Amino acid sequence: MNRDAPLVLGIETSCDETGIGIVRGRMLLSNTIASSMDEHARYGGVVPEVAARAHLEALQPSIDAAVAEAGVRLEDLDAIAVTSGPGLAGALMVGIGAAKALAVSLDKPLYAVNHLVGHIAADILTGEEVEYPTVALLVSGGHTSLLLVRDLVGDVELLGETMDDAAGEAFDKIARILGLPYPGGPEIDRAAAAGDPNAIRFPRGLSRASDMAEHRYDFSFSGLKTAVARWTEQAERDGADLPVADVAASFREAVVDVLVTKALDACARHDVPRLLLGGGVIANRRLREVALERAAAAGVAVRIPPLSLCTDNGAMIAALAAELIRSGRPASTLGFGADSTLPVTEIQVAAPV
Amino acid sequence: MGATTLEGVILGIDTSLGTAVAVVDSDGAVRAEAQSANPLGHAEVIGTLLADALRDAARGPIGSTAAPAPVELTHVAAGMGPGPFTGLRVGIAAARAFALGRGLPVVPVPSHDAAALAILLADPFADLPRFAVVTDARRREFAYTVYDGLDDDGLPIRATEPALVPQVDLDDRLAALGAVRRDVTAIPAAMIALAAARAVAAGRTLAEGEPLYLRAPDVTLPGAPKKVTG
Ligand SMILES: [Zn+2]
Repeated sequence: MNRDAPLVLGIETSCDETGIGIVRGRMLLSNTIASSMDEHARYGGVVPEVAARAHLEALQPSIDAAVAEAGVRLEDLDAIAVTSGPGLAGALMVGIGAAKALAVSLDKPLYAVNHLVGHIAADILTGEEVEYPTVALLVSGGHTSLLLVRDLVGDVELLGETMDDAAGEAFDKIARILGLPYPGGPEIDRAAAAGDPNAIRFPRGLSRASDMAEHRYDFSFSGLKTAVARWTEQAERDGADLPVADVAASFREAVVDVLVTKALDACARHDVPRLLLGGGVIANRRLREVALERAAAAGVAVRIPPLSLCTDNGAMIAALAAELIRSGRPASTLGFGADSTLPVTEIQVAAPV
Repeated sequence: MGATTLEGVILGIDTSLGTAVAVVDSDGAVRAEAQSANPLGHAEVIGTLLADALRDAARGPIGSTAAPAPVELTHVAAGMGPGPFTGLRVGIAAARAFALGRGLPVVPVPSHDAAALAILLADPFADLPRFAVVTDARRREFAYTVYDGLDDDGLPIRATEPALVPQVDLDDRLAALGAVRRDVTAIPAAMIALAAARAVAAGRTLAEGEPLYLRAPDVTLPGAPKKVTG
């Protein structure tokens, strides 16, 4: 195997995107994504069984498309990589079944890796020099996590995560309250464009002084959701026209504020002048704006990979495996399963002892 | 049985109940079998079972003293269910990916056809009455398919397509169909492979390429958002 620049195919099926990525070392050759988002739209959120069925349908055509785009042959691969968790168990299992069979079929090593650490690895594919340690803020419909990365393949620490909804879920739920379609993120963004972010002072979850001991870097969005619902119901009772733009802008501001404040607090407290953003919610323009503005003021350099590498994708899974190979890690054994709550400290799963 | 035979070696995979893998010659000779009866854990065991079956098949028939030589597979047969979805998908995903890796065609087989073939071949001279393969479909339902012996291609004759029935109604349903109940708790992958071999030899298709889910996904359409104030 080429240990310096291994050719790796990554399979990612932890949520509603079927991602197949191919990398050669740190070079991205294909980032093929099939999303079942449209199928979930009428349910207002990701339905696990619908996602799992869609993965099974999309896998083979996506692998074909990725291999064609990368201009490689499957037999040329140095390794296969797959997400073991965290994520939706039934969805993960489709990718794991396929990845194991592909590895056995081709007689290639298989690397089972952590989805969240994969998000961090995506940054490597930008072609720029990536420095560690860095704080990483990963925000999507499935997770909201704040991590301290000292070494991508050896030392990732969870500083905090959401105690209830993921930030992306909060956007979906508020969109529903405001009568906007799914997915909520872009809809709230659109509605908020004409709104005043300071019109309504919505609560910032887990940001009181009393939260700092136990939950300094944790997030909670359920109180915010309730506050928005209360506010809109009150407005309805008062017979006033709901100022959708102001509600959307103020809600978004509350989410963005708490995310950026906690991330920069982590940078300061751990003396790390670098912040990496990842996850689908990074598509939110206001989040990027506020993060860049306040990080600059705090002397923190922000890295934001292209959006196609921020949303769930197989390239980040392949990139993480390629880094594991470069650092000399042996392949995973074949006995692992889906771990829907895989802790971020387990960067590689089923590594031989 | 028809005159045509297929020269080939088929990898059979089924995860509709437990997890089963087999490598079978097209004449039915089993080169290797590996399985787990556990109705869960399909994703955990599928890779090891595949690797084991291929390694055993490479050793040749029992008693062979030749050096192991990898088998040249010609087809991958996939059990398409019915069965609990989460596990069922693991085997189908594995079959498709394995086939992709080797550039082989996938032959879909209804899992009950394999169980029926096993029952019919257990005693080829018995004149079996019409019977139903019955498997657990969870949620207080059974999945069943009714069979009427073997046809000229050596394949089980389906009298009904796979269907679900509430557990309490099964016996009445089968009585109405005149079928003897045959409860099945394991699908032999060797029979998945053999059914596929016979279907390919006869130029027939036993199942569509999609899983036999028999149930729509469990979802509820959202209503209006719940009020948080009284
Ligand atoms: Zn993600």
